[in-house]
Amino acid sequence: MERIPILRMGDFLLVTIQVDMHDELAITLQDDLSERISKTSARGVLIDISALDMVDSFIGRMIGTISGLSKIMDAETVLVGMQPAVAITLVELGLTLPGVITALNVERGMKLLRERVQAE
Amino acid sequence: MNVLKSGSQAVRIEQDVVMARQTARKLAVEAGLRLVDQTKLVTAASELARNTVVYGRGGDMDWEILEDERRKGLRLTFRDQGPGIADMKLAMTDGWTSGSGLGLGLTGAKRLVDDFSVESAPGEGTRVMICKWT
Amino acid sequence: MSALSQQTIDATRKNEGHLLASWQANLDASGASRDSRIKQAEFEGQTREFLRLFLASANGSDTANITGSEWADVRGFLDGLSRSRALQGFDSQTTASFIFSLKRPLFELLQAQYASDASELAAQLWAVTELLDTLGMYTVRAFQKSREEVIARQQEELLELSTPVVKLWDGVLALPMIGTLDSQRTQVVMESLLQRIVETGSEIAIIDITGVPTVDTLVAQHLLKTVTAIRLMGADAIISGVRPQIAQTIVHLGLDLQGIVTKANLADALALALKRSGLTVTKAG
Repeated sequence: MERIPILRMGDFLLVTIQVDMHDELAITLQDDLSERISKTSARGVLIDISALDMVDSFIGRMIGTISGLSKIMDAETVLVGMQPAVAITLVELGLTLPGVITALNVERGMKLLRERVQAE
Repeated sequence: MNVLKSGSQAVRIEQDVVMARQTARKLAVEAGLRLVDQTKLVTAASELARNTVVYGRGGDMDWEILEDERRKGLRLTFRDQGPGIADMKLAMTDGWTSGSGLGLGLTGAKRLVDDFSVESAPGEGTRVMICKWT
Repeated sequence: MSALSQQTIDATRKNEGHLLASWQANLDASGASRDSRIKQAEFEGQTREFLRLFLASANGSDTANITGSEWADVRGFLDGLSRSRALQGFDSQTTASFIFSLKRPLFELLQAQYASDASELAAQLWAVTELLDTLGMYTVRAFQKSREEVIARQQEELLELSTPVVKLWDGVLALPMIGTLDSQRTQVVMESLLQRIVETGSEIAIIDITGVPTVDTLVAQHLLKTVTAIRLMGADAIISGVRPQIAQTIVHLGLDLQGIVTKANLADALALALKRSGLTVTKAG
């Protein structure tokens, strides 16, 4: 079964979503991530959606769920690389992704995670 | 108003939602919609296709590329023979952002497109039409 | 239903050379072909090509209806011709005269062909008239469509030009908005700002509305949506140039700025942006 790869980068996990996900794949990612966070005691999760040209309510909920899940497991989630057209559409939809931290790219996202982790 | 091209595809299982998105994107590009409008339409299509699979128990997506004087449009119609929407008013409330779990995505989809219509009744299936113009 | 008879088509083919010369002479007389924008050779090529396609399509088909697939090549040719004429700055009349100048030569040919058959002559004259009129109308419509496309594109380019996104510093962009903001304009501008944010990796965008005379609910909503989108992407925005009147309007309309920082002028906004970026400005020496 296809899965979205989760890379470990020190204390953080990096997920790059590059395929057009069907719902089941999204759920699998959620499950895989929570397991990996727990196993590796990761302090942060970076979700890179720079390759996604569309984010609908299902994916939006998935991102919100991952953010909530990781927080419970003492990890911070940062969403990076949102395309302008996607941002505009989400705003029009009224989907604000509350509680989800965002950054422009992986580099900034990493910096943000490091700052937050160090601040503790 | 002319119909330049038209077609239809099944929206029965989860994978079909992805196919519907991809078809919608391809057609939106062909109709000449600008990037943001393409994305809005594809997102709306994704919501409605999912509804068709999850609530409508599977159905079809009809598509048409339209031409009207000096602009082009892409019209998608999602139809199913499922249980139908019992409470239309409730379905059209913002169940989407309030996280009530209903998440029918109808109001969200409506905001993203230019023309929108929904016909449904218990036992009579559902038919949702969306259209976006250049 | 009237159609060009096989005899007409054969006669046209046989006298193609003479017909083209006559047509060209007509165009010369009207001055349409002696315009420096089109080379003589190009013109001749166009008349020849049109006649070729015309004859290929005219075979037995209903002359009042050119929407069928057998006329697709001719329609395509006329679309191309209209577009190039529109781009070159010609008017619709001159463009359509390309078709209408063919009438007289064809009539003369028909008169010679059907000299002994008055009723057939009348029928063929009618068929030719109907056909050329329809083609001429099609040309005018295609021309208008091309012109409108050019205007629409120019409008959009003008929009983008009149609202440039400037880089004030590393990571700080500014968007000075000038003039009244309408829905379409704000959208185009919004998109280009977001695009630049991604391209430059700038974390702060200053939207300056000093040059905007009035801010109504719609404009405010658009600004709000833009800032929300900017934040969703991982950057932030400051709105500067908020004059007292605008501040009053915002309060009056009961608009919730949702924690967006506003500054009275661009300078203050820049100072804040630099501070947020961890930079300070000091005097040299």
